Amino acid sequence: MNTSAVAGAVAVLAADGDDGFFIQVWDILREYWPWLLKGVGVTMLLALTGTIVGIGIGLAIGAIRTIPRDAHSGGLFRRIVLTLVNALLAIYIEVFRGTPMMVQAMVVYFGLDMAFGISLNVLHAGLLVVSINTGAYMAEIVRGGIQAVDPGQTEAAKAVGMSHWATMRSVVLPQTIRNILPATGNEFVINIKDTSVLMVIGTAELYFQGKTIAGISYETFPVYMLIAAIYLVLTFTTTRVLRLLERKLDGPENFTLATSSTTPESILRPGGETLAGRSR
Amino acid sequence: MPAGHASDPQELSADTPAKMHDAEAAAGRSGSDAPAGGGPIVETKDLRKCFGKNEILKGIDFEVLPGEVVSVIGASGSGKSTFLRCINLLEWPTSGQVLYHGQNVLEAGYDVNRYRIHLGMVFQQFNLFNNLNVLQNCVIGQVRAAGVSKAEAKDRAVEYLSKVGMEPYVEAKPRQLSGGQKQRVAIARALSMQPEALLFDEPTSALDPEMVGEVLSVIGELAESGLTMVIVTHEMAFARDVSDRVVFVDDGVIAEQGPPAELFENPQLPRTREFLTRFHAG
Ligand SMILES: Nc1ncnc2c1ncn2[C@@H]1O[C@H](COP(=O)(O)OP(=O)(O)OP(=O)(O)O)[C@@H](O)[C@H]1O
Ligand SMILES: [Mg+2]
Repeated sequence: MNTSAVAGAVAVLAADGDDGFFIQVWDILREYWPWLLKGVGVTMLLALTGTIVGIGIGLAIGAIRTIPRDAHSGGLFRRIVLTLVNALLAIYIEVFRGTPMMVQAMVVYFGLDMAFGISLNVLHAGLLVVSINTGAYMAEIVRGGIQAVDPGQTEAAKAVGMSHWATMRSVVLPQTIRNILPATGNEFVINIKDTSVLMVIGTAELYFQGKTIAGISYETFPVYMLIAAIYLVLTFTTTRVLRLLERKLDGPENFTLATSSTTPESILRPGGETLAGRSR
Repeated sequence: MPAGHASDPQELSADTPAKMHDAEAAAGRSGSDAPAGGGPIVETKDLRKCFGKNEILKGIDFEVLPGEVVSVIGASGSGKSTFLRCINLLEWPTSGQVLYHGQNVLEAGYDVNRYRIHLGMVFQQFNLFNNLNVLQNCVIGQVRAAGVSKAEAKDRAVEYLSKVGMEPYVEAKPRQLSGGQKQRVAIARALSMQPEALLFDEPTSALDPEMVGEVLSVIGELAESGLTMVIVTHEMAFARDVSDRVVFVDDGVIAEQGPPAELFENPQLPRTREFLTRFHAG
């Protein structure tokens, strides 16, 4: 039943028009590959920049929101400023998580021009929008990631006299980054797909390029099939690469004892089980 | 043992100013905490701490002299940890004073981070930095808080790690160590800061029985070397062996204190007696 349906569809595709489906796709690729390549480049640039800047924004907000605000850790003025900053950050997060990125793109692109006379080119506007949008999501992800770090870590850092910033930088945020890596990878993959909405301001990302090619060639179906396939390859590859990265960040399972002279040969065997290290 | 931890209290106080001078120069501040002769390193006066409406510490007057080893004992929930954490301000006291060489550290504008450099802390749950290896655990505080150069910090770290027998493990991450090994690294981390005094909060309570010994023997050696220590512990035999003074905390106050021989053999208060017998029984 299923197989015959698939076979039928393939037959239809293959018999479509004068050329077969795959031949049409091949022709599109051959003719428009520079356009597609540019689309892939812009999409990946948007997604990667958005994610990296978003992580930066998220970590910075996380570090700011955890600054102690109790009565004894600073004067009244400091506390008022911190409260104000926290309120502004909360508004930023709510607004950018609570509105569609497509609308944000329009507001930023046309709004900056009308209000301040700043006319960005569409790529820069796209980079800006995807970065601050991702930043809002990352801020919430980072908050969860910081909460997942054992409070004992912060206490130990305080106990050796480290400042809030030193504690964040050397102890809490590195562990936070490890905690949020899966969710961040997810954001990256979402960005690859969702930057397609930036075509509303004319950013030449992959979907926009597809739309243009379809408009010129009239080969709507094969073009969008091709675009879909490219998106799939991008997201799939990204997912795999991130998983590798995750494993690498965890570091080796084993360690080597520093004084080889006192250690039996077997303990130092590469990849072998060490005294206290867990074996793979 | 390091030069700063000589067994003779006299020698210790003679040596400390030089060490502190370094720390002060590094932190770009001076004169605020010059040690006063033979006075206590840390002192609390009428220290009180409330959590909400619950008053946990009800006025604690306490002092640690240079070179002194003080054990703090008492029933579970009596406020021992809270007291220790109030000393290095991991908990902020509700009222009273915490004096460091006579200066109230609760005053507005006092540099709390710099104060904490002079007081090491060893936790029940070890709290080693999970993202750092053993060596980095002992280096990071020196570099980020005390402004010690990386090279010197590393030398010091290795020195103290070998003192606790953990030098071969410099590359290991905390998750690769046993409980006893973690606690020894935690002690080396605290020592690497070259503190004037070390605070221990039940350093062996989270350990499997067979690892208690290795940690207690390290602490015992430190006590012998003349390091100033305040140790919250349920290990009565250990407290009796290493302490110069034992403090019995009950219901948020110091109920009784004295040399271990006196307090353990001849407790004055009925509640001290009751606690000690209950302890021996169970
Ligand atoms: N952050 C907190 N918020 C509210 N109550 C707290 C807090 N920390 C401690 N307490 C309470 O204060 C009391 C004393 O706690 P503390 O940990 O100081 O006791 P302890 O003497 O160290 O006990 P143990 O021997 O079990 O470690 C307990 O009743 C505890 O529930
Ligand atoms: Mg306790």
